[in-house]
Amino acid sequence: MALKFRKFKDRFSSLWIKIALFFVVLLPVVITLSLLYKSSVVLETNGLKELLFSSVWRPLAGQFGFWPFIVSSLWVTILGLLITAPICMFSAIFLTQYGSARLLRFMQPVIDILAGIPSVIYGVWGILIIVPMVGRYLAPLFGIESTGFSILAGGLVLSVMLIPFILNILIEVFKTVPVELSEASLSLGATKWQTIKFVVVRKSFAGITSAFGLGLSRAFGETIAVLMVVGNVVGVPKGIFDPGYPLPALIANNYGEMLSIPMYDSALMFAALILLVVVMFFNFLSRVVIIRLEKKV
Amino acid sequence: MQQGKISIQNLDLHFGKHHILKNVNIEIPENQLTVILGPSGCGKTTLMKTLNRLVELEETVKINGKIFLDNEDILNTDKDVTEIRKKMGLLSQRPSPLPMSIYNNIAYGLRINGISGRRKLTPLVEKYLRQVNLWDEVKDRLKDPATRLSIGQQQRLCLARGLAVNPEIILADEPTSALDPLSASIVEKQFAELKKDYTLVMVTHVLRQARRIADYVVFMYLGEVIEQGPVKEFFENPKMEKTREYLKGAFN
Repeated sequence: MALKFRKFKDRFSSLWIKIALFFVVLLPVVITLSLLYKSSVVLETNGLKELLFSSVWRPLAGQFGFWPFIVSSLWVTILGLLITAPICMFSAIFLTQYGSARLLRFMQPVIDILAGIPSVIYGVWGILIIVPMVGRYLAPLFGIESTGFSILAGGLVLSVMLIPFILNILIEVFKTVPVELSEASLSLGATKWQTIKFVVVRKSFAGITSAFGLGLSRAFGETIAVLMVVGNVVGVPKGIFDPGYPLPALIANNYGEMLSIPMYDSALMFAALILLVVVMFFNFLSRVVIIRLEKKV
Repeated sequence: MQQGKISIQNLDLHFGKHHILKNVNIEIPENQLTVILGPSGCGKTTLMKTLNRLVELEETVKINGKIFLDNEDILNTDKDVTEIRKKMGLLSQRPSPLPMSIYNNIAYGLRINGISGRRKLTPLVEKYLRQVNLWDEVKDRLKDPATRLSIGQQQRLCLARGLAVNPEIILADEPTSALDPLSASIVEKQFAELKKDYTLVMVTHVLRQARRIADYVVFMYLGEVIEQGPVKEFFENPKMEKTREYLKGAFN
């Protein structure tokens, strides 16, 4: 009797574990399919190539060219990542290799607080500080006139937002490098910097890649803070002082507002689909890189 | 006055409030194999790491005393610590191959010390791999990551890597404890060979191993040196009560 009941519980629990897992696996499939279904209208009328590579954005005429938005998104993301990369790398190296254990214990909650600040606050801070700084000081340095609402402002705000996210991962990555490895390198007469460069960073290559890969996906999808400082002007930006209009901003600004225009909601769903596919691609890519690197080390 | 290659004098070491090494005095003879013996937690590893000053990586460490290497105090000196470390090859308990190819594991130390270019490096890599009897096993896969070698091979690679930077002293911290018996005996044999050119210091807690290969034995207990002397004297005629107990296996 008791055994039967236990067996029943066993079967029951393995059943609901499978159901839970099924939902997790199902979710991305369902999201992708529904986005595909919703954007099928605009795909049929405009064609995939036209949608992706045309710069003509005339919703009233039924013409949706996403090229300006795609370029803006890429600009902002890459700029944000480029600015944040050295800051995160050097801070993580300092905190794990040079700084005291006490400093690290003190810094970790500080980083967590940074990570917990809502992105709208980063946006407000961007409008108050970064945008005027870009408009009044940085752009004139290059002899360019800019309102400050620009790709650069978006990239700067984004880079600050990425710091806690990437830094946290990097700290964990560097902490897992065994002390014995550093000791081996030091006892061969290597300096501390040589040891960090050739042993610690090298050993962590896969982890570093995944940190920046995850950061890339996150940056690409960041919406509100970027939207607030980037200008939101449709057009292919020609430089970092030009305004831009990234994909997430397009969706957030217009969904629910412009739906009286035919096909507009389908076009926005297509924008979401691009976002999803790009983020998936980044994740896939960093995974491939990680696997290849792990084989090498 | 210094008698040995290394002379440790009145060495005290604290980690925070813990007194780890207590007034340690040791004379390590040149071109011999000195075994540091003692139960776990008696400060053997700390002593080794003090010799090449890796112990200073710990934040809370406080060191007092003197360590002479060829009549030069290496603890209280302005001399570059990397120069001192280079003179002492370190072999740790578990092999720690660097995250690079077999070839580069050897070439790394050479490059750091100013030797560059494949033409100069390759013969040296071969020389040191031969010296530890590893060459024939790895010559066809020098570009493979070192982590793909077996543990025994890795340990020999680490030994070759240490030899490549021309140390005067080899410090080995239980170098055979993680190895299979065959690899262990290979490493042991190599140690016997190396005595001709190097001064060896090895930590172990295997009495049989100490008896087999040591020339000079230092017995430590709870951070203190209890007894030291030539191997024959130490095992056949121990002077201290604690040593006799340890040799009888009373501490385990």
